[in-house]
Amino acid sequence: MLDNLIRTKGREGRRGYTLPKNDVEDASLDKFLPKDALRKEKPRLAEVDEPTVVRHYTNLSRQNWGIDTNFYPLGSCTMKHNPRANEVAANNPGFAGLHPLQPEAQAQGALEVMHELQGFLSEVSGLPAVSLQPLAGAQGELTSILMVKKFFEDAGDDGRTTVLVPSTAHGTNPATATMADFTAKEIGLDEHGCVDVDELKELVDETTAALMITNPNTCGVYERNIAEIAEILHEAGAFLYMDGANMNANLGRMRPAEAGVDVMHFNLHKTFSTPHGGGGPGCGAIACSETLAPFRPDPAVAKEGDAYTFVRPAQSIGRVAGFHGNFGQMLRAWNYIQMHGPDLRDVTDMAVLNANYIRARLGGTYAVPYDELCKHEVVVQPPKGMKALDIAKGLIDHGYHPPTIYFPLVVKEAMLIEPTETESKETLDDFIGAMLELAESRAEDLEESPTHAPTRRLDEARAARQLKARW
Amino acid sequence: MARFTPHTEEDVREMLDAIGVETLDDLFADVAPKFEGELNLPAALSEYEALREVDRLAKENDTGLPIFLGAGAYDRIVPSTVGTIISRGEFLTSYTPYQPEISQGTLQSIFEFQSIVSELTGMEVSNASVYDGANAVAEAALMTARLTKRDPKVAVSAGLNPRYREVIETYRVEVVELPFGDGTTDFSDVPDDVSGVFVQSPNFFGVVEDVGAASGAAHDAGALCVAVCDPISLAVLEAPGNLGADVAVGEAQPLGMPLLFGGPYAGYMATGQKSVRQLPGRICGETVDRNGKLAYVLTLRGREQDIRRAKANSNICTNQALTALAATVYTALMGPEGLREVAELSVSKAHYLAGKLQDSGLTLRYPDAPFLWEFVVELPDVEKANEALLDAGMVGGLDLGDGGMLIAVTEKRTKEELDAFAEVISNAG
Repeated sequence: MLDNLIRTKGREGRRGYTLPKNDVEDASLDKFLPKDALRKEKPRLAEVDEPTVVRHYTNLSRQNWGIDTNFYPLGSCTMKHNPRANEVAANNPGFAGLHPLQPEAQAQGALEVMHELQGFLSEVSGLPAVSLQPLAGAQGELTSILMVKKFFEDAGDDGRTTVLVPSTAHGTNPATATMADFTAKEIGLDEHGCVDVDELKELVDETTAALMITNPNTCGVYERNIAEIAEILHEAGAFLYMDGANMNANLGRMRPAEAGVDVMHFNLHKTFSTPHGGGGPGCGAIACSETLAPFRPDPAVAKEGDAYTFVRPAQSIGRVAGFHGNFGQMLRAWNYIQMHGPDLRDVTDMAVLNANYIRARLGGTYAVPYDELCKHEVVVQPPKGMKALDIAKGLIDHGYHPPTIYFPLVVKEAMLIEPTETESKETLDDFIGAMLELAESRAEDLEESPTHAPTRRLDEARAARQLKARW
Repeated sequence: MARFTPHTEEDVREMLDAIGVETLDDLFADVAPKFEGELNLPAALSEYEALREVDRLAKENDTGLPIFLGAGAYDRIVPSTVGTIISRGEFLTSYTPYQPEISQGTLQSIFEFQSIVSELTGMEVSNASVYDGANAVAEAALMTARLTKRDPKVAVSAGLNPRYREVIETYRVEVVELPFGDGTTDFSDVPDDVSGVFVQSPNFFGVVEDVGAASGAAHDAGALCVAVCDPISLAVLEAPGNLGADVAVGEAQPLGMPLLFGGPYAGYMATGQKSVRQLPGRICGETVDRNGKLAYVLTLRGREQDIRRAKANSNICTNQALTALAATVYTALMGPEGLREVAELSVSKAHYLAGKLQDSGLTLRYPDAPFLWEFVVELPDVEKANEALLDAGMVGGLDLGDGGMLIAVTEKRTKEELDAFAEVISNAG
């Protein structure tokens, strides 16, 4: 079968880039390296010219949908518009050319950005201390839970072995607990889809280190008992960690610290609109209480007099990244917040308005398992006998990126819709129209979709069975 | 504000009516405790004002100077095409390719990235990338424990980038130290209870290590060998897969990523087919659609957190798709000969500078050890030398804190810059 890989478009001897000529004496590798250290066969890489490279990857990009091309209501992922000013900021040569190990005195501009962003995230969360270092949301989670782990270790409390995780949690939560050498224990839900407080009271004991809560949770429902949950944990000497993936529902409306949260992570690529880039890079900054502040990763940025410096928190868990974190994403998020200021609350208001509008308009045709106010996203189920997968693929033929499907796991045939604040009423109305039309479709017709996408449905089992992951 | 959120007052009114509530506040009736105040953030700036502030702060950094710092991030040429491609909205503003029918661009670029990594490392299979080089190293340490069914305990030497070692330790892996002599690691006495033996080549001090010796020692101890390699070096050095290494990892930043004060970069990880189920992160594989058309899809998902939850082989969720794409485009432009030329230019210039420094009476810390483009020079006062360099408009090398300066030379440095560097540093006391 013919593939369309870059390597097939080349010919031996073609080059896509010209390097400066050598202006010093050639150092011959075989003069000072042992023979078996030298490469014998050249790697089988593409040999192509620049026009071919540009055309190849431009055409590949056209097989992709992004926020720029289509409405992308992927629940839990906050696919909002990415302002281009943020890209201009990150490409500024005064930042792009800065080496991470240049002494602090040579990087005061970058340190000031980091220091200000720490302050912004602190204000938004109400939590006094921040680390920008975690490189993604999942790493922010792990950083938070490692901080909890080290708190108990340093306190000599070796009986804290359990982390509680609601059944609605992102898969990263239990995986994080395991990676930090805790046992993840699942906790059930009440009739609103929220953490079951009675069950929590039963489960919490002297072995509990923390509860990982997502608020609003992955059903898009606000955890109405969060303050009581925090109290129960605190009484038992445990911590409340908040997964901040859904912070787009909270800006200026609730501050996690005031609800009793001890530590949380942000997804700067969700809430603060640094682009997702096809699955990364992101930034999973964390914020925490004074109690946990000494355990933050090394280093944090402090201001001493007029100068910004890196400091190692006293009982730091160590580093979680090679350098200071994904600075480019920090710069983008900082610029985004600069352009919003206290108006960040409008972001949340419009995101929540849009999700509730979809809930109200789809309800009746689609089942809404928790049919009360939702926050920035809403979970619905297709009409009886229809599959979420088929509706999702049908949406592609209507020009919409599908919502998240089959998540949260607690809702059968779940479709988690997150419109974000950057979509117009016309876009939402058209999307709702498509959803309602699909609900009337015959299952066997939908099963054929998509027919207007770059490919038809794929044989996913074959990819795993006959693994071919390279040319 | 309104430029990112389209609703007019009338839109909001109509939507609140459809929902059946009076005000926006009503949408937060269930929120407790509520935040009632105004966020204490600086007032919103227009785009023009915000970018003026970006410019002001950018000028507070010392950039645009010849850089002699490396130690894990390198000042290499980034072809213009790389930025153009990764700025395309279809790549930039898409998410993880969960819907393969409309994500073939990202998926095929991941497949190409995996192919490049596999080719350079001489390994059978690669993942779609992880956060950065340090995390690739730490994930590899955990991987050796799963594969050997031993407790996570790895042997490393001072030749491993100390930042990588710190991340390994943060991930709760025990580290035992191997002796480090004249610029290289002594692998002759590896403890027999470790899960992995790490060899970085070129190592932190720039010296080419004996990956074959590391592999042999690891296997004798019943452990796995993890090679940590600068991808550019693999254009000229033997692939670790051909020297017995079981896992190859590293930092992909030199392949077309700007320094950007430390990130975003991308870590790469590659291994043998038999170990693929213990490889963390996304893997993209080839398949066909219903019409038999070749296509790509994320595969072996059963390893991952969203399926396996607490039993997943890592909590990692994202790959660095966009920076991995930068590496893919960079490598396509360079080709095997271009990569080799980047390596050889750097080697020539580094050796020229090292020679000049020695001629002026300075000594190298490891004069007999083979290096590529990084080396340590002994100086009476590194801090003072770096100050003199900055005064002369150059960013000096890394102060090792023990009288040594770790100097990196890339293809960007001109003879003029190298001569100026040598002159300043020789006269700086």
